[in-house]
Amino acid sequence: MPLAKRIIPCLDVTAGRVVKGVNFVGLRDAGDPVEIARRYDDQGADELTFLDITASSDDRDLILHIVEAVAAQVFIPFTVGGGVRSVNDVRRLLNAGADKVSINTAAVQNPQLVADASGRYGAQCIVVAIDAKRVDRNADAKRVAGADTLRWEVFTHGGRKATGIDALEWGRKMQELGAGEILLTSMDRDGTRVGFDLELTRAFSDMLEIPVIASGGVGNLEHLADGVLAGRADAVLAASIFHYGEFTVRQAKEHMAAKGIEVRL
Amino acid sequence: MIAVIDYGMGNLRSVSKAIEHVAPRADVRVTDDPSVVRGADRVVFPGQGAMPDCMRELRGRGLYEAVIDAARDKPFLGICIGLQMLFDVSEEGDTPGLGVLPGRVRRFAHDLAGPDGQKLKVPHMGWNEVEPRIAHPLWQGIAPGARFYFVHSYYPEPAVAGLTAAVSRYPAEFACAAARENLFAVQFHPEKSAAAGLRLLANFATWSPA
Repeated sequence: MPLAKRIIPCLDVTAGRVVKGVNFVGLRDAGDPVEIARRYDDQGADELTFLDITASSDDRDLILHIVEAVAAQVFIPFTVGGGVRSVNDVRRLLNAGADKVSINTAAVQNPQLVADASGRYGAQCIVVAIDAKRVDRNADAKRVAGADTLRWEVFTHGGRKATGIDALEWGRKMQELGAGEILLTSMDRDGTRVGFDLELTRAFSDMLEIPVIASGGVGNLEHLADGVLAGRADAVLAASIFHYGEFTVRQAKEHMAAKGIEVRL
Repeated sequence: MIAVIDYGMGNLRSVSKAIEHVAPRADVRVTDDPSVVRGADRVVFPGQGAMPDCMRELRGRGLYEAVIDAARDKPFLGICIGLQMLFDVSEEGDTPGLGVLPGRVRRFAHDLAGPDGQKLKVPHMGWNEVEPRIAHPLWQGIAPGARFYFVHSYYPEPAVAGLTAAVSRYPAEFACAAARENLFAVQFHPEKSAAAGLRLLANFATWSPA
């Protein structure tokens, strides 16, 4: 299949800087967004994702300036998410130069937003981000019964708030409402560097017709290959392994190519 | 002057920015004014979103005739929905197009599978290989099989084989570029396709159709 699996560096942005934390807390400064975006473009990144993790509305508009600056200098697709609450927020980000907008908490609060934004701007620019966490009510029963009993719950507000919604059902509903793509983050794995939740990724990818981006937990290049081969993800997203210069995007692609994965080199 | 036609659908900033980047001395104007389109030396016709909405906006802004005329008499580049609208009709809402190029726009099937049996997702989204089928000034400096960024659920099916300027595969072969005289149109997004895409836009900015 000549369509390449995508590698997407993710830049968590707050107050105009890229940061990275563990399990959504303990943030460290990782640099200037435009500079980092340019570096990843040079390394052959297939797309970029900016998540504005500013907790409240303070500094929210800073992201528009970043989007404008990136759009003028980087000619690969990029997604912007975080704090998107209305069709007007979607419009402003697209007009500033974003190619796609990622909606997370607001989709749970108002699923119609996904339908409205998709209807107005097209499914191709609407990414629904799902933060999923394993439901672990009865771990022993789960081990005995196997994967069939695995469940994941949707969390919102940057992973702080449980919703009681089944993540797989939610993914299906978002596809129906017009999401063009799902950005699937494992809350259990995010920032841990032990690899994607492959069962979660596989369950989503097998169920949905739209592409699934695996996110949360990448600590080495093998994890990226696992996300595609075992998790069947269409794209893999990672942050820290790239930010701190441990690996370049090109090294990641060479590793995946050596595993037989179609990549853009 | 290069006119980038704006009919109110989606993000045209990336198209105009990419052209400004490769042709820094060009006067690039994003416009919904038919008289500006008529006065342009070159016209770029981009697009995003659903074709029925795009066609409605195009008519609503009085751009319909200006686009047809431009597609017939000056260097013209259609991108994505901008390519699809040039054809006779699209399966997306059974929408009639501009009829500049003969053929239909079809949807990818819902049950596509790759050679390994793995389900293929729709939209077709990401970087795929583009194989030119004709020699053309817009392919200059671009290697056969170079990857461009695609995001679409519909693809063109030209009624005349000679219109196909390039093909891609998902998993079956489909036309991903069409060309005729002064007109060139691509299903992928050159403005989002890094070096290969910028090269195509640079080629367009200096193209003198015979």
